[in-house]
Amino acid sequence: MLKIKSLRARVEDKQILKGLNLEVGAGEVHAIMGPNGSGKSTLASILAGREDFEVESGEVTYNGEDLLEMSPEDRARKGVFLAFQYPVEIPGVSNANFLKTAINEIRKARGESALDSKEFLQLMKEKMKLVEMDKTMTQRSVNEGFSGGEKKRNEVFQMAMLEPSLAIMDETDSGLDIDALRIVANGVNALRNENRSFVVITHYQRLLDYIVPDYVHVLYDGKIVKSGKKELAFELEQKGYDWIKEEISAVKA
Amino acid sequence: MNTTFQHNGTEVFVREFNKFKGAGNGTLTSMRKDAINRLSELGFPTTKHEEWKYTNISPILKGDFTLITDDQFFLTQEDIKPFLFAGKNSILLVFENGRFNEALSSIPENSEGIVLGNLSDHFTHPAVKSHLGKYAGYKDESFIALNTAFVNDGAFLYIPANGSCEQVVHILYLNDTRKHATVMYPRNLIVAEKNSSLKVLESYHTLGHINQSFSNSVTEILVEENAAVEMCKLQAENAIANHISHTEVNQTANSRFNISTITFGGNVVRNNLHIVLDGVQAEARLYGLYLIDGKELVDNHTLVDHASPNCYSNELYKGILDEHAQGVFNGKVLVRQDAQKTNAYQSNKNILMSDDAVMNTKPQLEIFADDVKCSHGATTGQLDEEALFYLRSRGIGEKDAKAFLNIAFAAEIIRNISSQYLQDRLMQLVEARLKKINSYE
Ligand SMILES: Nc1ncnc2c1ncn2[C@@H]1O[C@H](COP(=O)(O)OP(=O)(O)OP(=O)(O)O)[C@@H](O)[C@H]1O
Ligand SMILES: [Mg+2]
Repeated sequence: MLKIKSLRARVEDKQILKGLNLEVGAGEVHAIMGPNGSGKSTLASILAGREDFEVESGEVTYNGEDLLEMSPEDRARKGVFLAFQYPVEIPGVSNANFLKTAINEIRKARGESALDSKEFLQLMKEKMKLVEMDKTMTQRSVNEGFSGGEKKRNEVFQMAMLEPSLAIMDETDSGLDIDALRIVANGVNALRNENRSFVVITHYQRLLDYIVPDYVHVLYDGKIVKSGKKELAFELEQKGYDWIKEEISAVKA
Repeated sequence: MNTTFQHNGTEVFVREFNKFKGAGNGTLTSMRKDAINRLSELGFPTTKHEEWKYTNISPILKGDFTLITDDQFFLTQEDIKPFLFAGKNSILLVFENGRFNEALSSIPENSEGIVLGNLSDHFTHPAVKSHLGKYAGYKDESFIALNTAFVNDGAFLYIPANGSCEQVVHILYLNDTRKHATVMYPRNLIVAEKNSSLKVLESYHTLGHINQSFSNSVTEILVEENAAVEMCKLQAENAIANHISHTEVNQTANSRFNISTITFGGNVVRNNLHIVLDGVQAEARLYGLYLIDGKELVDNHTLVDHASPNCYSNELYKGILDEHAQGVFNGKVLVRQDAQKTNAYQSNKNILMSDDAVMNTKPQLEIFADDVKCSHGATTGQLDEEALFYLRSRGIGEKDAKAFLNIAFAAEIIRNISSQYLQDRLMQLVEARLKKINSYE
């Protein structure tokens, strides 16, 4: 589904990704952990098509197509979804209106007919239940005045609405209270199937208790430096990142 | 030599004036004469004039415009249908190339002294006699002088004390340029006496797209004690239209005036809005929206004159400028020495959609009282990149995503219009304008 080969990327003269490799198969859940500033959000942004980053070399294919060539909207239409670490507030644009446009663009790309207002409302009701979202939130402007946790929940709600085939979740668990964490995780689990893949970026093993990953990777200094099964997350939780840093410097030396 | 005014340009209008025969009595005739004399003394402002620094009006003076004064009308119901924004049953005054088209208008029977009609039929009305020309001084304003010289018709709305008109009164000005380049001099007088209320939509449109046009309007508004007037001035002429308007408002104690000035652009557009808060606790709200592209020039000049204590004014103007468009916002707030406890707020926000668009903003606060609360702020920037990326990352195309954000930006102004029907129609127009759909539904 997703293949990233020796990806190098920078912002101005700051090198952020330094030869990153990652392969995600259909239906798999990959967790990415790593210290602050290691490049996790940069990777997520590049996959979603943000233009602030300059890709210097490497390649990214998605279902065999060159992902880096596509506009952000085309990626979304082909099933890529990014749940943002910091969802932006857009005053004056209603959540419902925005989502209806988004969903119909994506349906159009899939060759499906547009949802009319009634069908859309029906779908919204259903998915709102999934993430136990309050009705009033969809009537408000996109993320405007939402609490940190509400913003994250709204990301998952949008994901449920848009039914992507590759969902990248950037710290969707940060800022969630214990109940919200469970709700969000249940929402994600309900979406898991053999065709849908997830890249879950997180700092906490706790989330992975709910969303059990197939693989866990450590992103450090712009590269995936260690990969393993879900047990790796436990090890990181207990030991932190120092032992990995030591391993790397040992290899270098 | 004084270069802030130029005299070449006035002769054409003087010549036209000598042929012109307006309606009305001797007082009017002498006012017209006085005004044309003043115009030829004064000349037209050049860009050396501080208030016209960014707005070069010489393209207007080069135009060869026809003033239509006969009583032949050509417009049909079909022609005006796209412009009926205030609802099918609204009160409607139609002006075809500046002349009142009675057949297309729909005015209720005058009741309880209320007059919703055209000015030239009411020159002898006491309110016309006492107020016409009183607020729009032409001594220093060339375009008020020009308008006054050609005063002939326009709307006269009069709500006597304690009266009210619930429906929106729509004053519809159409420049039919399909045969020639046309000029019109609309002159409106709106008088809301004590405790009365009124809602008005004043809109300007063009028919045809080859010939230029020039609308030079003056609207005088008196809002008496405890009265409330809500205005929407919509300029939706074509991209080659010229438009210079003066809206002169006088408010007395406890009155409320609310105006939304919406401008869709033109060759040269200048809106002058001048509000005098001439009684305690008067409140004025000024909203403005300009959506311009191509080589359009839109200049909004506002002056809020706090002449009494305890008054409130709040001004918010927003603009979206694309391509090579040029915008000017000049907002002056004058707080006179006696106007203690004044609250005056002003804000101007602009989005530049292209590197070639230019916005010139100049707030001017002149405060002579010491116990006041005043603030002003101005921002000009690009569309929010983060928000744009967010929308696109959900599958919304770049063009639509930009439209989403721009519509939201513009909606903050349109939302202030109290008639829901009018608000919805204006929102549709704004969307069409922003998506560059060049037509009315
Ligand atoms: N636009 C930018 N300009 C300059 N530096 C940037 C920019 N974006 C990211 N960086 C830098 O790149 C590095 C990686 O940032 P990134 O946001 O990808 O980290 P992260 O792994 O997501 O961290 P966290 O766990 O704190 O979210 C950081 O040092 C950051 O400061
Ligand atoms: Mg991050």
